[in-house]
Amino acid sequence: MSAYNFAFLDEHTKRMIRRAILKAVAVPGYQVPFGSREMPLSYGWGTGGVQVTASVIGPDDVLKVIDQGADDTTNAVSIRKFFERTTGVPTTTRTDQATLIQSRHRIPETPLRAGQILVLQVPIPEPLRWLEPREAETRKMHALEEYGVMHVRLYEDITRHGRVAQTYEYPVLVNGRYMMRPSPIPKFDNPKLDMSPALLLFGAGREKRIYAVPPHTRVKSLDFEDHPFEVEHWDRPCALCGVRGVFLDEIIVDDKGGRMFACSDTDHCARRRPGGAPGPDGA
Amino acid sequence: MYVAAKGGERAIESAHRLLAETRRGDPAVPELSLAQIDQQLALAVDRVMVEGSLHDRELAALAIKQAQGDLIEAVFLLRAYRTTLPRLGASLPLDTMRMSVRRRISATFKDVPGGQILGPTFDYTHRLLDFDLADPGDPADPGRRAGEPAPEPGRSASPAGAAPRAPDPLPRVVDLLDREGLIEPEAPPPEEAPVGDLTREPLQFPAPRDVRLQNLARGDEGFVLALGYATQRGYGRNHPFAGEIRQGEVTVELVPEELGLAIEIATISVTECQMVNQFRGSAVAPPQFTRGYGLVFGNAERKAMAMALVDRALRCRELGEAPTSPTQDEEFVLYHSDSVEASGFVQHLKLPHYVDFQSELVLVRDLRAAAGALPGA
Repeated sequence: MSAYNFAFLDEHTKRMIRRAILKAVAVPGYQVPFGSREMPLSYGWGTGGVQVTASVIGPDDVLKVIDQGADDTTNAVSIRKFFERTTGVPTTTRTDQATLIQSRHRIPETPLRAGQILVLQVPIPEPLRWLEPREAETRKMHALEEYGVMHVRLYEDITRHGRVAQTYEYPVLVNGRYMMRPSPIPKFDNPKLDMSPALLLFGAGREKRIYAVPPHTRVKSLDFEDHPFEVEHWDRPCALCGVRGVFLDEIIVDDKGGRMFACSDTDHCARRRPGGAPGPDGA
Repeated sequence: MYVAAKGGERAIESAHRLLAETRRGDPAVPELSLAQIDQQLALAVDRVMVEGSLHDRELAALAIKQAQGDLIEAVFLLRAYRTTLPRLGASLPLDTMRMSVRRRISATFKDVPGGQILGPTFDYTHRLLDFDLADPGDPADPGRRAGEPAPEPGRSASPAGAAPRAPDPLPRVVDLLDREGLIEPEAPPPEEAPVGDLTREPLQFPAPRDVRLQNLARGDEGFVLALGYATQRGYGRNHPFAGEIRQGEVTVELVPEELGLAIEIATISVTECQMVNQFRGSAVAPPQFTRGYGLVFGNAERKAMAMALVDRALRCRELGEAPTSPTQDEEFVLYHSDSVEASGFVQHLKLPHYVDFQSELVLVRDLRAAAGALPGA
């Protein structure tokens, strides 16, 4: 891979992306258009996240890549491999030892700390997109802070189902100003966005947008006084490590309705099990 | 247990090996050379160059070979390579009047200065499978009629062929209308205006016409063709006539900053289509024909024509027509034309989504339990 620059992108492109990231950090939750490049991996498979990671990664970083919370899902393996080849930086599965984490659909269970960067891959960055398909319109709505349609949509859920029926990409308000789609993480992970000590960067390659939640920023999941925001819960522990209060995957184990529930975060789970290395967070 | 969605490194490496084996096919069959693809699948090479936004026949042929003939995958390969290339500058506008023409037709006049030149076209061929092609035939000159003398060696292999050439410069048909004021004038943008490039700057709306045309030229041929067809069937109808279609070689010129004068850097093959469209006029403007424009690399007439139809449909606002169809909706057309973007996003549904799906399962079970349909999960 010596024909390519460190982390694949040329330095001019990295600088352009870093400028977009700086703007995103300066205006939390605002979607910054950027000159997204064509990457050697498919659009929709993490091109935005890969560009953000490539722009901020340095030789001293330790990288972790997860998909659905797991380090060993095929696309996570593929992206980790891409950075191993193009940067040579060490990689890890341990959340607490990574300086840079690229993720799709999850925020790790192990609390992030100051100095870490979490890069989330985003398919559709616009929280208002299902309500208004036109970009020219939604940009105007953000500029005017015209978010009533989203509250109406959530209210319609309550009248119809008795609760808000949004389970992932649950809309949030960042720093009391911009409405943001927290990538398609389950709403279970939304509270981890609020006042996070780590920097959270969101990259949407196909849609050519970058946005950010800087450390210690208020992130509020939209709700109503009489219908406060709540997250998913499971009435059983992880079948592998016995932990409660984390996000569980449901695994179908036979064709007779047999099911097993186990941690989505494979690193967190492995380190709790006998033989797994205990992490410094005590988990 | 639980291996369905989890692959890991070994599975990926095995998949790649199997793919390479599948690509090669039966080793008893001779391997394709890039020159064979370039010469004998030339239209596939043209399409990959057009949608890949990169004029390089050899690289396009390599991409087609690597992609096993999947042209959308080949476009993707070429694009991913193109993105690593530095941008040195913008060429001067191509002067298609000085094109060395292989084919040139106008549907708006019986005859035009310079004449109608049919050139190498599928038009008027009867689409009967030619079983003579099934066996490799006489390599000397497949286009030669019986009794004609054989050409000098190497001559028929030239992409330009041995067809007679029209004199150049060859006046453009729409310019004849322009002289009479029958068609809207087309003022070139100021020379110092930067040339838009959507591969460097993200699309913003309303998009300027140069960016729209770039988007349509790169756009998937099937998508642009379907939209062009839809305009003909009434979705954003714009009463088109094929004013002129010309195909041939043009010279690309660049003015290097340090030199200050134009130098020729390449001769490339392009297809240009100028549609002439009706316009009824308005309170302030008398009736006048309007333009739709298409330009693509190589010999890609269908794409150039479809592009010109969609270009004209997208000009509705500047011409004061009320947009009523998706073909006139800039965001709809420009955001969805790109095969690499579309193919990636459609196929990303193959990636695991079990976390979000689990959230949905929890919700649907809760809602059903609340409705008394089932005991809670």
